[in-house]
Amino acid sequence: MEKRVLFRSSWLPWVLLAPQLLIVGVFFFWPAGQALLQSLQQQDAFGTSVTWVGLDNFRALWADDTYMASFKTTLVFSVLVTVLGLSIALLLAVFADRITKGATFYKTVLILPYAVAPVVTGLLWSLMFSSSIGIVSYWLKRIGIQWNHLLNGDHAMALIVMASVWKQISYNFLFFLAGLTSIPKSLIEAAAIDGARPWRRFWTIQLPLLSPTAFFLLVINMVYAFFDTFAIIDATTQGGPGKDTATLVYRVYFDGFRGMDFGSSAAQSVVLMVMVIALTVIQFKFIEKKVNYS
Amino acid sequence: MKLKLVALAFAAAFSLSAQAQTEIQWWHSMDGALNDWVSDLAKDFNASQKDYKVVPTYKGEYDQSLAAGIAAYRAGNAPDILQVFEVGTATMMYSKGAIKPVAEVMKEAGAKFDPSVYIPAVAGYYTAPNGQMLSLPFNSSTTVFYYNKDAFKAAGLDPEKAPTTWPEVVSIAAKLKVSGNQCPFTTSWMTWAQLESFSTWHNTSYATKNNGFGGLDARLEFNSPLHVRHFENLGNMSKQGLFVYKGRAGKAISSFTSGECAMFVGSSGSYATITRDAKFKFAESTLPYYPDVPGAPQNTIIGGASLWVFSGKPAAHYKGAAAFFNYLSDPKVQSASHMRTGYLPITTAAFKLTEESGFYKKNPGTDVAVNQMIRKTTEKSRGVRLGNFPQIRVIMDEETEQIWAGKKTAKQALDDGVKRGNELLVKFQSANK
Repeated sequence: MEKRVLFRSSWLPWVLLAPQLLIVGVFFFWPAGQALLQSLQQQDAFGTSVTWVGLDNFRALWADDTYMASFKTTLVFSVLVTVLGLSIALLLAVFADRITKGATFYKTVLILPYAVAPVVTGLLWSLMFSSSIGIVSYWLKRIGIQWNHLLNGDHAMALIVMASVWKQISYNFLFFLAGLTSIPKSLIEAAAIDGARPWRRFWTIQLPLLSPTAFFLLVINMVYAFFDTFAIIDATTQGGPGKDTATLVYRVYFDGFRGMDFGSSAAQSVVLMVMVIALTVIQFKFIEKKVNYS
Repeated sequence: MKLKLVALAFAAAFSLSAQAQTEIQWWHSMDGALNDWVSDLAKDFNASQKDYKVVPTYKGEYDQSLAAGIAAYRAGNAPDILQVFEVGTATMMYSKGAIKPVAEVMKEAGAKFDPSVYIPAVAGYYTAPNGQMLSLPFNSSTTVFYYNKDAFKAAGLDPEKAPTTWPEVVSIAAKLKVSGNQCPFTTSWMTWAQLESFSTWHNTSYATKNNGFGGLDARLEFNSPLHVRHFENLGNMSKQGLFVYKGRAGKAISSFTSGECAMFVGSSGSYATITRDAKFKFAESTLPYYPDVPGAPQNTIIGGASLWVFSGKPAAHYKGAAAFFNYLSDPKVQSASHMRTGYLPITTAAFKLTEESGFYKKNPGTDVAVNQMIRKTTEKSRGVRLGNFPQIRVIMDEETEQIWAGKKTAKQALDDGVKRGNELLVKFQSANK
């Protein structure tokens, strides 16, 4: 049953909606509209000369092999960040949910990385893995792995995935933990009395009841991997070696704010916008059906 | 109540104008010890007169402060003076009406200004085709060669004899390697040092139209046989472990100061940093070259930054900027800055002044950069002026990384770099018609 509230007055609903609409309008629709406009223009850095170029910016993107390669890079990166981020956070949340002693300490420590700025995160990880002074690369060398994310594309990808996942785990952990604690203890106890072992209890009771949380986090993490990771990439690999870790959003940032090519940057963000809208629609259409809200 | 407020506002406005000191906003990218230097310059100037107050503000690294300045201009509140790094020169130059040429600022303020006092390779970089100086050279550096004397000694090499040619670098690197050195040679600023400076040092063209000085239709041509030969050489050194890649921009410097790498190509502006951080004896020397190339060595290329003045400001601000530039152009100020920071002395007078003070004798090697620069430049060695230049540098970082990773040959990487870079040049040309 859907709940419906009927307003007698015709203007009151609009007034109540106004603050929200204003915020969405100013911070989303206006910039998105600007991006759409600019993607059809070519302008110099100072905005003194603006020419309408139609779809030239998009055509240039399709003709650029490295842009096409960035799609694959982004896909690999986003899937890795989302899957790893969600599963590790879930594992930690399940453990945190079970312990009784020192739970607050454990939780606090897990939440800490979220307070670290992305650039700092990137710097920390690149220092730990630096080939000449990094402590982790030193350990890796001792077990026979020559770590070099400056020249090895796979190492570079692993590095930005680790840094991005590390930063996002806290967020996922918080939501999973909240989800777990809201599951009635009686359900789990009943299952235990029926003879279900912990693994089975988790798989048949806790996980299905967590599915709304997991779905929400899936969308959020996908958006995080797509949009919020450029600072980490900028501080660790700067898209290198070659363009092996240049994800779509990093290129938007780089071409726009470093290269001052606003036309191409806008065109790229339009492409990215379309992609994420499509992804979110797909997620809501197909995956949400499997989610158990009740 | 309202009346009172208005009255207060008026009073505030009048008391401000009574003081009548014009504030000149100066955005820069000098951090750490260099930030102190910039603050001291402003402080000294402010103390020297009463009419103007220069307010320096750190706005992040070079590319960030350039982006900040441009964004501020677009929003209508640009600073009066912006420090822009050398690769941003074309961007500033072709901005229609956004900047006011320094020569014009000086002339209108009645300040005497003679561009010919500047070292040619420095002045040429910031001069328009019509001979007008567009920005004020401020901090200029160039690429030089550093080596670890202790490491040379440990490998049984003569620590007083720096390699002057690339074949010598290779043979010394091999000896260092045999003695157990894990990183005989590395370089920072791959594009600036190994492509741009390499080209002018060998008097070889980097781009058509006199490296872009002749117009917007210049195209890259750093895939000549000499360039390919150099990168094949570096590629082979990399394969044999004689050259170790240590990252983009200036990142490699820590590998030299930590003692890991024995030979290093970097900025002359790093001299102070290396002196402070290195726990070993080191020396500065000229860039290596290929002795069989006619005309080599010519001169190296400048890096660093210059000061640009934005347009559309009140006349008093331009007078203030001119007074400040006048102060900065004093040979005494320049010589002091040169000795303090390791940047080039910029003018011949400042160089002479520094020489007379005995600074170079006390700090051997500090004149290397100057000597590489004070030669008469040729059409091919004057500098490089290209649009979208910051991006071209990144493209070349990306392409050359493929050589060290063994994914592309030197020729392939340089050809692809020229092709990708030229696409950007075409774009810049059509955006700045």
